[in-house]
Amino acid sequence: MNHTDSEVRRQDTMCVNESQLQHRWYHNIKYLVVGVLFGIVFVKAEIISWFRIQEMFRFQSFHMYGIIGSAVIVGMLSVWLIRKFNIRTIYGEPITFTPKTFNKGQIYGGLLFGLGWGLTGACPGPLFVQIGTGATVVAVVLLSAIAGTWLYGKLRDNLPH
Amino acid sequence: MEWLKQPWPWYIAGPLVGLTVPVLLILGNKHFGISANLRHACAMCFPSDIKFFKYDYKKEFWNLFFVIGAFGGGIVASLWLANPQPIEVNASLVAELAGYGINDYSSMVPQQLYNWDYLLSAKGLIMMVGGGFLVGFGSRYAGGCTSGHSIMGLSTLQWPSLVATISFMAGGFLMANVLLPLILG
Repeated sequence: MNHTDSEVRRQDTMCVNESQLQHRWYHNIKYLVVGVLFGIVFVKAEIISWFRIQEMFRFQSFHMYGIIGSAVIVGMLSVWLIRKFNIRTIYGEPITFTPKTFNKGQIYGGLLFGLGWGLTGACPGPLFVQIGTGATVVAVVLLSAIAGTWLYGKLRDNLPH
Repeated sequence: MEWLKQPWPWYIAGPLVGLTVPVLLILGNKHFGISANLRHACAMCFPSDIKFFKYDYKKEFWNLFFVIGAFGGGIVASLWLANPQPIEVNASLVAELAGYGINDYSSMVPQQLYNWDYLLSAKGLIMMVGGGFLVGFGSRYAGGCTSGHSIMGLSTLQWPSLVATISFMAGGFLMANVLLPLILG
């Protein structure tokens, strides 16, 4: 893997592929399966519901706070266990974490994202799930989100970070 | 099967969402983060010689498989696990939304807002095109969305992710309580 490629991928992103292994495409099917289960949970717990997000931002229900809070606790415990016992991937690779540095984008971008979340009632994950449930017009929201991402990439060097 | 069709409580759903973090790590050292896919879509389809989009997106195909799966999960859940009852929400929200003419709770998204006809109205454009744009622009500017920062970032105790999460919530509070009533009203 070339070094600059990795640096560009890491730029302003929380989530990069940390694996050094090369696999055939069908190895990715396991992520498709995880995605299906994730999508089902998002529908059944009404996480993809515009109404539930409106409730959350008005402090009218504990539901979404309970979901995010318990997800974070389970995530923290799992990461702690992975680190403590040096758990490896199913391919035997070590599991690695990249520390994130603070920049003002996390505030400015975070506020803009929050405005969009409050308006559409969906963060990026639910957009894909909502389309699956038959809300086809959400495809426009998704395309607009891709356009927003593209414009960020275009303007990146001129934005305060 | 009947209990599966009921809405799942937070204490079942939250831990399952949290388990996505270790599952992706153990399956292949992959970091949970969905908004990155929007960037990969740009890198794949319109890199336009922008440095931010010039990287080997093929390494990130796993994440595209994940969201295609999530889309499939939406299909599966609505075909076989759908709750036939309308969504139940707080009575004061119901009263507020009734004031904007929103009273159809039969679907996850309000039918009266999320339809192709409404898309072509000024309010529909603001909500769907404007809202989507803010989600995409903001999540990349912040370096991640709810999954990358609020779940993955907080799980790995990264304080910049806490800053991002607080900003997400602040933006959402402002939109839902101040701006949305002006837009829908």
